[in-house]
Amino acid sequence: MTTRILIKNGRLIDPANKVDRVTDVLIEGDRVSHIGPTSACDAQVINAGGKIVSPGLIDLHVHFREPGDEEEETIASGSAAAVAGGFTSVVCMPNTTPAVDEATAVEFVHRMGRQARKTYIYVMGAITKERKGKELAEIGLMSQAGAIGFTDDGGGVQDASMMLRAMKYVSMFDRVICQHCQDDTLAGHGVMNAGYCSTVLGLPGIDPLAEEMMLWRDVQLVRKCRYRYHVQHISTAGSVKIIREAKEMKLPVSCEASPHHLLLTEDMVCNYDTNYKVNPPLRTEADIESLRQAIKDGLIDALATDHAPHLRSEKELEFLAAPFGIASLECALPLYIKALIEPGVIDWPAMLAMLTYRPAKVLDVEKGRLGMGDRADVTIIDPNAEWTIDAEKFFSKSRNCPYHGWTVKGKVITTIVAGEIRYSAV
Amino acid sequence: MDTKFQWRHKHLIGLAELSRQEIEFILDTAKGFEEFSTRSVKKAPTLRGKVVVNMFFEDSTRTRNSFTLAANRLSADVIEFTKTSSSVNKGETLIDTARNLEAMGVDIVVIRHSAGGAPKLLSRSINACVVNAGDGFHEHPTQALLDIYTIRQVRGSLDGLTVGIVGDIAHSRVARSNIYAMTKLGAKVILIGPPTLMPAGISQLGVRVSHNLDEVIEELDVINMLRIQFERLGGNLFPSVREYSHFFGLTVDRMKRAKKDIVVMHPGPINRGVEIESEVADGPNSVILQQVSNGVAVRMAVLFLVNQATAIQINE
Repeated sequence: MTTRILIKNGRLIDPANKVDRVTDVLIEGDRVSHIGPTSACDAQVINAGGKIVSPGLIDLHVHFREPGDEEEETIASGSAAAVAGGFTSVVCMPNTTPAVDEATAVEFVHRMGRQARKTYIYVMGAITKERKGKELAEIGLMSQAGAIGFTDDGGGVQDASMMLRAMKYVSMFDRVICQHCQDDTLAGHGVMNAGYCSTVLGLPGIDPLAEEMMLWRDVQLVRKCRYRYHVQHISTAGSVKIIREAKEMKLPVSCEASPHHLLLTEDMVCNYDTNYKVNPPLRTEADIESLRQAIKDGLIDALATDHAPHLRSEKELEFLAAPFGIASLECALPLYIKALIEPGVIDWPAMLAMLTYRPAKVLDVEKGRLGMGDRADVTIIDPNAEWTIDAEKFFSKSRNCPYHGWTVKGKVITTIVAGEIRYSAV
Repeated sequence: MDTKFQWRHKHLIGLAELSRQEIEFILDTAKGFEEFSTRSVKKAPTLRGKVVVNMFFEDSTRTRNSFTLAANRLSADVIEFTKTSSSVNKGETLIDTARNLEAMGVDIVVIRHSAGGAPKLLSRSINACVVNAGDGFHEHPTQALLDIYTIRQVRGSLDGLTVGIVGDIAHSRVARSNIYAMTKLGAKVILIGPPTLMPAGISQLGVRVSHNLDEVIEELDVINMLRIQFERLGGNLFPSVREYSHFFGLTVDRMKRAKKDIVVMHPGPINRGVEIESEVADGPNSVILQQVSNGVAVRMAVLFLVNQATAIQINE
């Protein structure tokens, strides 16, 4: 017998279908079978009065560390964190140990994701072997194994001719090619934004130009080969300008922004707290303003956490030695609310669009919408619930979260993946 | 000295966080210790029964010896701990090292480290007092304290003086600590060096930047010549030593255009003929050796004060 779930009286926001009204959603098996007032008997009823019912959230950018660094995170623990954060699909980055740079590794991550049976796991493969930027990885075989896109995330492809070749080659398999924009010659051994703060702290800085130079270069490559290209975690006002120009030229360029680049600034590093060490680094108020304006103008396609778990013992090092990364998957939604809805940058439908059908479009997958017959990935949100972020209670194995102790608004109540309730807030 | 003033800092991490009054209090305390070096028995019982560890993750001869001597003169037991490996290059982590030392009952940790922020990290993680003996490009507070102590000794006060700091500002913790100390005590600071050796946003610290030593030398009451640290210059920050000396070296010729009573300083060790010509380093305006002597008194004051702050905390 098919299971039936009835979500009653929620505010259904389905940006892809331009829906925003209070109604019921009936799920049968793994599909949405009816939208509109209904009273199916024998269905499990979820009373969603006062709640927002959204297509399941999609995170284009997570690091689940498996294989290789299972002490930091596993696909199982990361998946549990994902559904607790309301994410019904996540995209795992390939910078594991070893890197996901061939088909069996792609299959492995998929298999672990299926076994975890929490969120849906997408896998990105590396563009180059071992992410070294020297030789193309087996992009075709990885595509056949199900890789959804390609990136050398953690760093950028430094060689312009290699990047152009990769774009051309990936086009044969119709997958998105993504870039962590960072020119290593300019970034050097930097550990934070270059500027007054890095000078005072005596730490080597990463100039915003390191990101902007590679982004500008890649946009020129896209102009040449006209292949779809996605920029990961843009962080500077200069990058926004380049994206704006690229979109004005109607180039197939998309981009994402991360919660820390919308909320945190470089001066927060002042006590050498390594929980603020992240790459691209935290920038300035002006950069935040520029990113928020870009979001308001619709220039940024998706919100993505760049969830990067690390052990306490690794983060308890000299700022120079500690690894980059912030774990934020479980508290991402209220962070986006704080950055975008509370200051009135955009409204709920616009924000949920950046967490549902717009990232789905970047990946070119049929997700992020909640119409009749669509896959029943649903996130139910209480927009008014106030709570305090407690990293100690994370499902994630890591605690490197600068938002620990923040009081935030907006809470994920229920996460449904393919018609199964995979998370319920207690 | 204001007798009501009470020192409250258990750690000395940097001068950025100290007020003028606090900095002057250290200098005044050091003055009291200065006469020690002239006694035949150079010892006070102040830190008797206390353990000071010199934890040096970077090569240093003069700072380390100066701290050792300062601690010895205060009757502390001193442990010398040298390690060239750290978590920066995959050794034991700093926190593990420190907790092990602490388990042996250390009261004061003097730390020198190649990573900016290492003393701050340490101060958060252990109960002992932490004294920064130089961390990365961040701060070198005792060096700056002995610098201003020496200037006060020669000129009475820093108020209204113009101090030039010449060299690799970008990679200099001495420069940063000097800027904080000198500006707080009323001096004007001019940083002099090529743009490639100037860190971003430095003028926000209330200093002037010049790329032309000849243009500003006549204004200077004090000139502090930083050591060119060849080991730290990874890239091509200037074309050659010869070219650097040509534009930024303190030569006999340049000294002729300086004020007659200009005070010439150098944190040492000197690269003779690179940043400073021998005749200038050894000349009548040089206070370089005086700086070294004062270092001991200043470090005695610092060790004395941080220990006292701990005692006050316990009593309260």
